[in-house]
Amino acid sequence: MPAAGVVMIIAVVLIVVALVYFLVSTILALRQITSGLDQVIASVTEIVEKTAPVNEVVTSINAQLDAGVDLLEGLLVKKAGIVDALGLVDGLYAGAGSVGFRHLPESATLTAPRIGEIYTKGTLTLARLGREAPIALASPAGPALRDAAYASGSARKLYPGGRPDAAERLPRSPAIGGGAPVQYEQREDIGAPRKRLPSGS
Amino acid sequence: MILWWIGDIVLLVVVLPVVAALLYGVLAAARSIVPSVRQITGTAAAASKDLDATALLLTTQDQVTQTVAGVANYGGSLDVILDDA
Repeated sequence: MPAAGVVMIIAVVLIVVALVYFLVSTILALRQITSGLDQVIASVTEIVEKTAPVNEVVTSINAQLDAGVDLLEGLLVKKAGIVDALGLVDGLYAGAGSVGFRHLPESATLTAPRIGEIYTKGTLTLARLGREAPIALASPAGPALRDAAYASGSARKLYPGGRPDAAERLPRSPAIGGGAPVQYEQREDIGAPRKRLPSGS
Repeated sequence: MILWWIGDIVLLVVVLPVVAALLYGVLAAARSIVPSVRQITGTAAAASKDLDATALLLTTQDQVTQTVAGVANYGGSLDVILDDA
């Protein structure tokens, strides 16, 4: 065999060796990739399965909460009137009054009164409940007029002639500040130098 | 004979380096994907583990339903007890 043939065979063998080495290495790398992607697919499948009911559940929760908010807003507006209800909400969550109620778009245009400066917390509720409330059981002033456990009719004793109907129009909450109907002028002598009285001698 | 030698030279000087370079590029690209896939695997596993708490949403749903039902009951009682504005 001529020398050129030997060199040709060596060159071909070198090429084949290079092909085998690099292709086998590539195959091993691709197998690692396939194994990793299998694990990714398993994890992604778990994610899909775990998140499948989320949309339905969250939608249900939002619907329930919307119903609760509508109920409370409606009750608040019915009992306190839209202006005072707006003031109460604004007193609890500063700035919420400017947003208004969801089902009463006109409430966003109203000016919320400063309920927090008119009623202290819980005063109105306690005033309405009075000594009929079971909470008065622990009152140092004596037992409650109503037996919280059995005397469902004892509250009627407070109104033998029947519970009085509410007034057709309840007085509104007092307005304070610059819009108040009664403005108190500041006395001029406050802060001024004290007047010297004439000496008695 | 001269053509055979020329073929040998071309095979050794041109074909072999080009084949080796191309295969090395493919191998490098394939190997560069492996760490990325491993990172994605870890991230997906961690994300799946983080979502274990989604089952508690069913408890939240029940709690919200009961809470809103309680609020509705109290609201009805308040509607009776308190005078309208």
